[in-house]
This record gives sequence, C-alpha cells and structure tokens, in this order.
Amino acid sequence: MIEARNLKKWFGPKLAVDEVSFTVARGEVLGFLGPNGAGKSTTMRMLTGFLPPSGGQVLAGGIDMAVDAAAAKRLIGYLPESAPVYADMTVSGFLRFCAEARGLWGRARDAAVERVVETCFLETVRRQPVDTLSKGYRHRTCFAQSLLHDPPALVLDEPTDGLDPNQKHEVRSLIRRMGEHKAIILSTHILEEVDAVCSRVLVIDRGRLVADGTPAELRAKSESAGTVSALLRGANAPLALPALRGLAGVLRVDVVSEAADTLRVRVVPLRDGRQPLAEEVARTAAAKGLLCCELQTGEGRLDEFFRAVTVPDTASGAPAAAVTEGGA
Amino acid sequence: MTNAWGNIWAVCKRELGAYFTSPVAYVFIIIFLVLAGFLPWILPFPAGRFFERGVAALDSFFFWHPFLYLLLVPALGMRLWAEERRTGTVELLLTMPLSCWQAVAGKFLAAWGMLALALALTFPMVLTVAYLGEPDGGQIATGYLGSLLVGTTYLSIACMTSAMTRNQVVSFILAVVLCFLNAAAGLSAVAELLDGWGRPGAAAADLLMGLSAASHFGAMQRGLLEFRGVVYFLAVPLFFLFATAVILRGRRTR
Repeated sequence: MIEARNLKKWFGPKLAVDEVSFTVARGEVLGFLGPNGAGKSTTMRMLTGFLPPSGGQVLAGGIDMAVDAAAAKRLIGYLPESAPVYADMTVSGFLRFCAEARGLWGRARDAAVERVVETCFLETVRRQPVDTLSKGYRHRTCFAQSLLHDPPALVLDEPTDGLDPNQKHEVRSLIRRMGEHKAIILSTHILEEVDAVCSRVLVIDRGRLVADGTPAELRAKSESAGTVSALLRGANAPLALPALRGLAGVLRVDVVSEAADTLRVRVVPLRDGRQPLAEEVARTAAAKGLLCCELQTGEGRLDEFFRAVTVPDTASGAPAAAVTEGGA
Repeated sequence: MTNAWGNIWAVCKRELGAYFTSPVAYVFIIIFLVLAGFLPWILPFPAGRFFERGVAALDSFFFWHPFLYLLLVPALGMRLWAEERRTGTVELLLTMPLSCWQAVAGKFLAAWGMLALALALTFPMVLTVAYLGEPDGGQIATGYLGSLLVGTTYLSIACMTSAMTRNQVVSFILAVVLCFLNAAAGLSAVAELLDGWGRPGAAAADLLMGLSAASHFGAMQRGLLEFRGVVYFLAVPLFFLFATAVILRGRRTR
C-alpha cells in the first residue's frame, strides 16, 4: 500500500534520512522505532507528501507522490507529531473543514464526521472549541481527522504521545482494530507499544534502517534471548559450575548468587547455538544430584536489541561529524 | 475529478471563520472605518478638508487609503501562514489532497474578502457626497476599484512575508517595510529628488513610479483606467502569491 524507495533527505549539510526503503501492505501495522532525532518524523513527512524527498520515491497504492500528489494523499490519513489542530475551531467545525478539504461535501461530509466522532469518542466535546480541550481530547480530534476519508493507509507519528494510560489503551486497541484491513505505519519510542500493536518493526538510527522484522524476531536477536536462568539446590551446588561451563554451545555461565546449597546461574549460549539449552542444564544438574527449582529460557528483550543497534544521542556522533565535513 | 474551487472555498471558509471568531475582523473593520472616515475630515492636505473644500468628490478620502493599508493590511495578512507554521497545522493543511496554490489562493481570498468588506462599509461617504452635490460617479467607481487594488497588492505582500516566518510580528514588520517602500517609490518628493541627478535619475524616478501601487492608484482616482495600471495590478499580486507558494514549498522544514 505504501512503499518507500531509497528515501533520502538532506537538511543543509546534514543527511537526516539515508536510503530508507520499505513497504507496508494492508493488514500490517508497521512500528517505526528509533532514538530521538533518528529521522522518524522526517521519513513520515516524506511519506505523507509534506516534505519533498531529496532522493528516492514514495508510492501510495502505486501512485508516485511526486507525480500525482493529490491522488496519493487521498489514500493516506496522517496524524502529525504533537497532533496539531486549529485551536479557534470547535471539534465538529474542525472535522467538517478537514472533510471539505478532502473533497467531502454535504451529506458525505456529515456522515464522515459522525462516523469519526463516534470512533474516537468525541461525542461529549463536539461543540467545544478545541483550545478548551484537554490534551487527550485534542489528540483524539487530530486522530479523528486522519480517519475522515476512511483511508487504506494511515501514517501516525507518535499516536499515544502525551496520553494517559487509559487513553493509550484505547488508542492502541483502535489501531489494532484498524490494522486488520488498513496499512498502518506508526512511529514510537515506547517499546511496550511495539509489542502491543505492531506486526512488524523497523529500527532507524541516524537516518539509516538498522533492523527489520517482527517483534519476536528482533527480540530473539537480543543478547538475553536463549539465556537460561536456573536455580539449583543441593549439597555443594557450586561444584556443578565446571560441568555447566563445559556444556556444548555455552558461551559463559554467570553466577547470580551462590551459597553452600543453592546456586543461581544464568547460562548464556553462543550466538548461533540455539539448541534446547534448558534441558541440558536440567540434565547436568540431575547428574550432579542437584534439584532444579527454577528454570527459564529468556525470549529476549526489545530494549536490549534496541540499545544494541542504535547509538544514544548523548554519545558524540562520529558519523554526523563526518557528514558535516563531507558537506562543507 | 480534482475539485479546485471546492478546495479553495474550503480553505477560504475556514480562514474567514478564524477572522470572525478572533477579534481581528472587528478590530480591522472598525479601525479602518474610523480612520478612513476621520482622516479626510480633520487633516487639511492634499486638497483641503473633506467638508471645507466645497467640492462633492472623494479624492481627499481616497488620498489616505494607501497609508491606511500600509499599516492595516499587514495586520490582516500576518497570521495567514505564520500562525499555521507556529502551531504546526501547516503540516495538516499541506498533507490534504489540495495543492499548495489552492491553499494560498483560499487564504488570500479570505483576507481579500475582509478588505473588500471593510471598503464596502465606507459607503456612507458616497451617500454623503451624493447628498451634498453631484459627484462624478465614474470617478468614484474607479477610485474604489483603485483603492481595492492597492489593498490587494499590499495583501499579497503580507501573504508572502507571512509565509517567510513563524512569527507574526516579524511578518507584520517585514510587510510594513515592503509596503512602505512600495508606497515611497510613488511619492513625488522621491521623484523630485531623483530628477535632480540628471538623466539616469529621471529614468530611475520613472521606473520607481511605475513600480508603486500608489502612483497607479493616483491615475485611477482621477477617473483614468490605464492599461499599464491594469497590468500592474494583475501582475504584482500574482507575483507575490506565486512567491508565497514557492516559499511554502521550499521552506518545509521545522
């Protein structure tokens, strides 16, 4: 539904987005992850036709944004970052304007406004001026705007930013529901959100795509994936350590805590050795006459993976400096 | 299937709504009417006070219009784009399936409508001279048309400066300065000064006169509808609106 081909964006000498390519099909919820300033919003602005790319193409439903922007934009609903709304208008006035700007007039407009007011729970505030609304309502008003024309594709820039936990939950279930038959791209830096709604994840760092996969796949690539935590009990439990270290496919064994008769360990497998390590650990413990009280294989953590593939913005960015020199 | 007029009307309607929900519309209209009514009454130049001249004509009324527009029209136009950029709604507007020029045209037409409304509300001046004597209807008509066109020109300048910045005050000041330069180019004092510098000076004076909206307005106040005046008032506002669209397309960074 939406396709980005080698998208590039220069801001002066700074390369904000570098050769980003991906496609999103209907029925997919794509999470766009990255540290602040990684180029998420810039990419979304190019997808929606707000920023012209410095290089590459955006296709919506096969229509090139650079060739027929109006036709491509018609297929996309967009919730910009920080959800801007015209503060001087009422909720329904704002939605009516957005419908008209999208070519819906008369009865079609009124029906569309009714529909999104209901979808986004705005019934109680529809006659209020937007600037008297709380942030959550304002956010939902802007979200409602993106659904007016029932677009096949949605681009949502931080859709739950600034909402309270209940509102977050509502918005997420709304996204999940719509994701069944629409192509949705959402950016976020909240990792729990990725688990909650996304069927696929892209990680972008300093303008470049660094990872692409389902949340489970990315979790499996994290350091703690496959790690076996075990609590062994029995006389001279620490003596079992050399045997554990000697198991095939084990990188190292970390001792979390030890006492005369208990041993808590974390067995870290080799990167490529993904055999059922838990079984081996249990068997080894039994052979040493120990009781395996707890045994758990870690399925990996998104935040670990995220930290491993991105550079925090507090670190001095060597590539950014190189770009500046190259551009000057 | 693109509905250009519908898109323009949607933007225009929203903008008119914004003028009337904020005090801008009322302040603009009231101040314009008060000043347009009182200035010819109390100030003697160029042709004498409105009632003391003994002539049933509106030239002492129209004389002040370029100066009023100089201050009031930038105030009318300053928020058009600056406000959109400040609040980020420009991102919403320009990701709608409407083209940049449709948005520019819609906003401009809304502000232009305000201007035309304010000018139309000066009709008691016409009734007054019609009651007092027998004015030249044609001259009054071209006077009004010329006044509206000067306002249109200044509005297109204000539109452009509004697109240049996120700050309404900066937009206002830039527009006032540009409009002032435009008005000053048509002042006879400037022309006389340049004439003193020999032939190149005289040529420059001619050129400046031709560039000033006020000097074309001068001819229309006398009832003259010149071809070059018509060309000027078509070309200059279109140029500045075109510049607005170019700036908007080029400046889409945060």
